[in-house]
Amino acid sequence: MNAEEYAMDCQECRAHLSAGLDQELDDSKTQALQNHLVSCANCRQAYMALQGLSAHIRAHAPYRDARAHLAARVMDSLPAQQTSVRESPAQQPPARAPRWNALSMGTVFASLLALGVSVSLYLAVPTPQQQLANEVLASHVRSLQVDHLSDVASSDRHTVKPWFNGKLDFSPQVVDYTTEGFPLIGGRLDYLDRQNVVVLVYRHRLHSINLFVWPTASKDSGLRTLDQRGYHIVTWVARGMNYWAVSDLAGDDLNTFARLVQQHG
Amino acid sequence: MTEVEQSRRFQTLVLPHLNAAFNLARWLARSDQDAEDVVQEACLRAYKFFDSFQGQGGRVWLLSIVRNTFYSGSVYRKTQAQCVPFDESLHDYAGDMDSSASGSPERVLMQRDAARQLEQALEQLPLEFREVIVLRELEDLSYKEIAAIAEIPIGTVMSRLARARKLLAHLLLQEAK
Repeated sequence: MNAEEYAMDCQECRAHLSAGLDQELDDSKTQALQNHLVSCANCRQAYMALQGLSAHIRAHAPYRDARAHLAARVMDSLPAQQTSVRESPAQQPPARAPRWNALSMGTVFASLLALGVSVSLYLAVPTPQQQLANEVLASHVRSLQVDHLSDVASSDRHTVKPWFNGKLDFSPQVVDYTTEGFPLIGGRLDYLDRQNVVVLVYRHRLHSINLFVWPTASKDSGLRTLDQRGYHIVTWVARGMNYWAVSDLAGDDLNTFARLVQQHG
Repeated sequence: MTEVEQSRRFQTLVLPHLNAAFNLARWLARSDQDAEDVVQEACLRAYKFFDSFQGQGGRVWLLSIVRNTFYSGSVYRKTQAQCVPFDESLHDYAGDMDSSASGSPERVLMQRDAARQLEQALEQLPLEFREVIVLRELEDLSYKEIAAIAEIPIGTVMSRLARARKLLAHLLLQEAK
């Protein structure tokens, strides 16, 4: 059967919704599912509900971090911690030079480990960047949950761009990337980092991408990737604009999208 | 490899996944104390079998040991003894995700104590469904990785996750009523 001709009925569609949401279907099934969703409002609604549920879990289900004492408790219980103290005097005498090597390697490891710990402690304190990432992510999740992706729903950039006029003191570039596999779905206004921002909504396969854009005084920068609770975020600065792209797309796909916008934007 | 080196390697490769290990154990065991016991036992096992670890995919490797430790241990037997078997046939939830109920999930999501309700609903899910939801939504693992951890075929991951989501939506709707 040709991939293009393969049609899915409602029953089959429902059976594949969950795997489609997780990007775990092969290309021909994904295409068929997509085609069916475009033509069937009931199934589309069911898909949105499923997507909302998934976003809801990711946003609200508590992730239980281990308490601090557990790592120590685990390390204490390992046999090495007991035996190394007991056995080391007996093992050591002849191999002086290697022992010194092992020791210095150990020191290197230990300092690397300490560095790792201090870096992660540093990361645990929310930086302004991290705070912003949280805001961007919250906005993306909210838009999925309440099915409020766009205020102006159009794939025509000549409709989307004028919609922002008069609502903002800057004018965003609006480009449709349908031919590259990222069709423009619409746009909305949002409020982030104490200012109005543009959100352009794109789609890739079954997944939404929110692209946040607002002016900045910062210099141009390369792509930076952040991962947060199953969502990927790519951010960069180009021509006086701050860009944040967020999606639950696979990281590679989102990077492709970001590079595309970076080139055309 | 000396014991000291092995212990260092273990610290660098396995301990970074301690939070993931605890999170899974906590969702399975539903108590902090039991979860810590499971994680400690699992880490001991992981340390014992550390030679078989390839150095790649430490999180998946550790999670599969955590899961195994949980199912083979006393915590699991204890929870099974307390637990009334969940009879899916008694719960008619086929229509929950349909358009007929389309307004309801939104109403649920808007509730202020949505997080608490979600936690309760997740804890009510039968184990086999709860674990695939946790691995997929909280750990963001692929079906292949979940299949490796839960020791089931990928097709089963697919159908189990679909049913788990249906069931969870149903439980959330019930709580909202």
